[in-house]
Order: sequence, then C-alpha cells, then structure tokens
Amino acid sequence: MPAEFTDFLQATVRTATPLALAAYGELVVERAGVINLGLEGAIIAGAFGALVGAGAGGIGAGFALAMAAGCAAGLIVALVVLWLRANAIIAGTAVTMFALGLTGTLYRALYGSQGAALSVPTLPPMAVPGMSAIPLVGRALFDQPSVTYVLYALAIGLWWWMTRTHAGLALRATGERPAAAFAAGISPVRVQALALMFGGAMGGLAGGVLVLAQVGTFAEGMSAGRGFIAIAIVVLGRWSAPGVAAAALLFGAASQLQYVFQSLGWPVPYQLFLALPYVLTLLVLAGTQRRAASPAWLGKPLDDDAR
Amino acid sequence: MRRLDSRLGISAVTLLVVVGAVLLILRVGGYDTARALHALWDGAFGNPYAVLSATLVRATPLLFVGLAVGLAFRAGVLNIGAEGQLLAGATAAVGVGLAIGGWPRLVALPLVLVAGALAGAGWAGIAAWLRLKFGVLEVISTLMLNFVAAYGVSYAVRGPLQEPTHVYPQTVELSQAVRLPALFAGQRLHLGYVIALMLAVAIWWFLARTAAGFRIRAVGAGAGAARSSGGIDAARTAMWVFVASGALAGLGGASEASGVTYALYEGISPGYGYSAIAVALLGRLHPLAIIGTSLLFGALEAGAASMQRDANVPSVLAAVVEALLVLGVLALDRARRTRKD
Repeated sequence: MPAEFTDFLQATVRTATPLALAAYGELVVERAGVINLGLEGAIIAGAFGALVGAGAGGIGAGFALAMAAGCAAGLIVALVVLWLRANAIIAGTAVTMFALGLTGTLYRALYGSQGAALSVPTLPPMAVPGMSAIPLVGRALFDQPSVTYVLYALAIGLWWWMTRTHAGLALRATGERPAAAFAAGISPVRVQALALMFGGAMGGLAGGVLVLAQVGTFAEGMSAGRGFIAIAIVVLGRWSAPGVAAAALLFGAASQLQYVFQSLGWPVPYQLFLALPYVLTLLVLAGTQRRAASPAWLGKPLDDDAR
Repeated sequence: MRRLDSRLGISAVTLLVVVGAVLLILRVGGYDTARALHALWDGAFGNPYAVLSATLVRATPLLFVGLAVGLAFRAGVLNIGAEGQLLAGATAAVGVGLAIGGWPRLVALPLVLVAGALAGAGWAGIAAWLRLKFGVLEVISTLMLNFVAAYGVSYAVRGPLQEPTHVYPQTVELSQAVRLPALFAGQRLHLGYVIALMLAVAIWWFLARTAAGFRIRAVGAGAGAARSSGGIDAARTAMWVFVASGALAGLGGASEASGVTYALYEGISPGYGYSAIAVALLGRLHPLAIIGTSLLFGALEAGAASMQRDANVPSVLAAVVEALLVLGVLALDRARRTRKD
C-alpha cells in the first residue's frame, strides 16, 4: 500500500504541474482584475509551439517557443480588451477558439492529415539527491522533471513578489481599484497588458510541459480544458499563491483517484470524484464571497478615469 | 436602439475580411483553394440534402443556444454555461423520454421537451441563485457547472441510464413516440428547428414590444440607472433572464437528443454552448439576426466537414473562421464607437 500511495502522490504532482503553472499565470491576471478565458488557447498554442520548437532545436527551443506562443495569445487578448475595449469574456473565448482551430489546422498542414505519430524528446524525471529519499512524499515532490522544480521556485517567488514588492502592490491595486491606482501614478492598462502576457506565457509553458515532459507528442485539442481548470484552481485557492498550490494538488489528486479505484477494483463512479473539485469551488465561492477574497474589480472593464 | 440593418451591415463587412483571411490560410497551407471552396459550398448548400440534412440540422442547436446566450447578454448576464445547461436538458429529456416512451406522442413528446427546458432552467438557476444570494460571478460559476454537467452525463451513461448490456457508454434509443418528427421525408431536419424559429420571433417580440422586455433591455444597458430612474429591481430581473436563458439552452439539448441523436452519450455536444457566444455576438444579440448567424455557422460547419472529406482541408478551420468573425465584429464595434465620439 505505501508503494501504491507513493505512486499516487507522484502522479498527483505530475498532473498538477501544468495545471499549477497555468493557474499561477491566471492568478497574476486575475489579481490585475481580468478573467482570461483565452488561457485555454494559450495552453494549446504553447503545446504546438513546443512541438515545432523541439523539432527544430531541441527541448530548450521547445520551451522557449511554447512560452512565446502562449505570450502571443495573451497579447491578442490584451489588445482586444484594452485597445478595442471589448468584453474580456468574449475576447478570451474567441482567442481560445482561434488557437484551437489554428493549431489543429497547422498541425495537419505541417505534419500530414493522419497526424503521424510524431514524437519529440521529453525531459526525464530528475531525482533531487537526499530529498527524494524522504519517506512517502520524497519521490512525489523531488523525483519529477526539472520543470516541476522551476514551478516550486516560481510559486515562492510569485508569492514574495505579489505580497512584498511595489510592483506586486501595483498589480493588486489595479485589480482592486483601478481608478485609485491610476491616481497614484500606475497605468492600469499597462499592468493588465503585462499581466495578460505573463499569464499567456505561463499557459504556454503549461502546454510545453504537456508535450515536452509528459506526452512526448502533440494532439489536437490536447489542452483538454486545462485552461478552464486553472481558472477554477485560482478561485478555489482564493486568489493567493499558497492557496493555488493546494488547489492544484487537489485537482490533480481528484483526477488520479480514478486510477487508484480501478487498480483496487472498487466500483466507485469516478466521475463523481472528477466533478467534486468543481462543486467544492462553487461551495467555497458561496461560503466566502462576503469576505471578499476576490479582487474587487475582477471582471469589470477599466473606466475612463482609470486610463 | 440600434437598427437591424446597421447591425447586418457591420457583419457583412466582417464577413469579407474573414473570407480574405481564410483564402490566405488555404494558400499558405498549400491546399487546392478552388477545390476546397467548392467542397465547402457543396457541403453547405450544394443540394437539398446538404441544406436539409446537414446545414439546418447543425444550425438548430446553435439557434437555441445562440438565443439563450443572446438573451442573457442583453440583460448583462454573462452566461457562458449554455454548454452545461444544454447537457442538463439533453440528460433530462432522455431520462424522461426513456421512462414515458410508451405513452401517446401528443402527451409524451411535449413532456420530454418541457423536462429538457426545466433541467436547463434549473442548472442555470444554481448560478443565478449564487449570483443573487452571494454575489458569485456568473462567469466562474457557469464555467464550473459546465464541468459538473459533463461529468454528470459521463456518470449517467455509465451508471443509471446505461444501455442494458453495459457495453457502450450510452443509453438505449428513444422510442418513436418521443422523437421529434422529421420535416421532410428522407431528410434529417426535424420539428426542433421550427420550434427554435418560433422562439426567436417570440423573444424578439417580447424584448421589443413588452414592458418586461423593456425592463430587461434597461437592466442590460445599466443596472444602476434602471434601478434609480425606472424603479426596476435589476438583480431580480437579471435572475429571471438567467433562468430563462438556461431553459432555452436546455430545450436545445432536448431538441438535439429527441431530434437528432435519439440517445444520450458523452460527445452529444461538440461545444455548441461555446460556439453560441460567437453566434449571439455576431448576431448583435438580436433574436432575428441570430437566426441568420446560426444558419451561417451551421453552413460553415457542414461545409467544413465536406471540405475535410473532399479536399483534405482540416475541418477545425471552421473554428478559426468563427473566432475571426467575432474578433472582426469587436474591431468594427470599436471603429464605429470612435467615429461617433
């Protein structure tokens, strides 16, 4: 049982890695006051960028192109929302549709209509000496592809940046009261644009992880709703960096439980476990909304007195 | 209020821009452009079968959900949960349809459709209640509920509603009594399309000509002003519009299940609820214009399928076109606002 449990934990962290990367991107975007439904598009763009980049120049080029492609998706959302002043929900939906369609079309155009089993090199797991020997959680946390360790550093760095620096304060002020932030000399337009580009790049990195550290190839629509799951994770994590980490692990664990039940031969309807994190997110939202964990300006457009 | 003709004018200009972009993609992708366009036209409008068994059949669910999203957006309710509401409607319709399949059609069929509408209304009602009671953003709650609905369908077709041999993850087929009848012999187009058309006209009339419709438009234009100058309970109006929007999407699910698939399975909706946002927006949220845009999208998707068959052009190109149409409308909106300022 401990061996199976360790396997389960390791798989949980593996599943949670791309989710958490995208969710940290979305955390920054939502702290700036925007809900980015284009995140799903950034992930699939990143996955496709990773395939093209890795095919041309190896794993490093793959990750670089993944982040660039995701960043471009974020930039389109920023242009449409901030320059065309369109509704962010509609803009994000359009960018996701565009990216899903374009990557599918290009994939077939570049690699043939059958989408022949095209494989790229993947990052192998890299055990951290000493720490991976910690009982129970050691292998789960410290015997993962190197990009998972980048995630750990990023989670801590982002928490510090958001809560302890002037730039982090500017970000949060934009999401709370953009007009007040503007009066204090901050440009909410610039903050939101940079946040969307950062969030897109993180979504792209998440897509890169799918291709370059997990699956080893690209498939149409392989983002499979992860962008929307990341939005749920940010909500369940109550817009805080530590909360996002915990929520990502919960979503990862819920999706791995089905395999545990299958291997144990328990006839439990696993769909109910898959749905559970979403129901929990709704309950948390309903239970805590009055205490206002969410940025006050979340989902509202910038008024004229904030630009 | 903007007039219908100016709205259609904007959409027409956008259409031209998008056609140019598609030609570019086809050229860059190295496809046989003439052959691809020919296949696109043939698959959408080339013969009676294409129109009556492909284009209009695909336009039907898009019209239902397009009306649902359009109505909600008009009242400022960002319901992006039409997908989940459609799934809830389809599940309830099939569940009820299997239970009362032996009843006479005149009783059973309306009950199936009502069950679908009620389930969609109930599913939207959860998000509407969370918004009214706790101030939960409907964008987030409807997104969550879409996932829950999809897993709910997955559970239903592997659990309580699975066909008796327990081999396939789907239900048994609905009996004739609870199927929406075909409109033309030998074609797939069914009565659901007529219902959707009538609803479009009814919603247009309701919004344009009744006091309640005026209240909805006032709330959508600005909840604060509607409250202070018109004495309108904006929150309550928005809640009822939200529920009605869910009922429309749920009815769309029931129409799809009892008119096209005759059974419930996981992939019953290829994302109609998300395309609906594009359909509604391109139709400028106007119920009559949404008839046109749902037809356009139905034709696009039917044509794209035939383009993939005959010219080897990936059918997902349709999603690119749909997205570009939306972005084009947003850009033109901006251009027009600037001109007016």
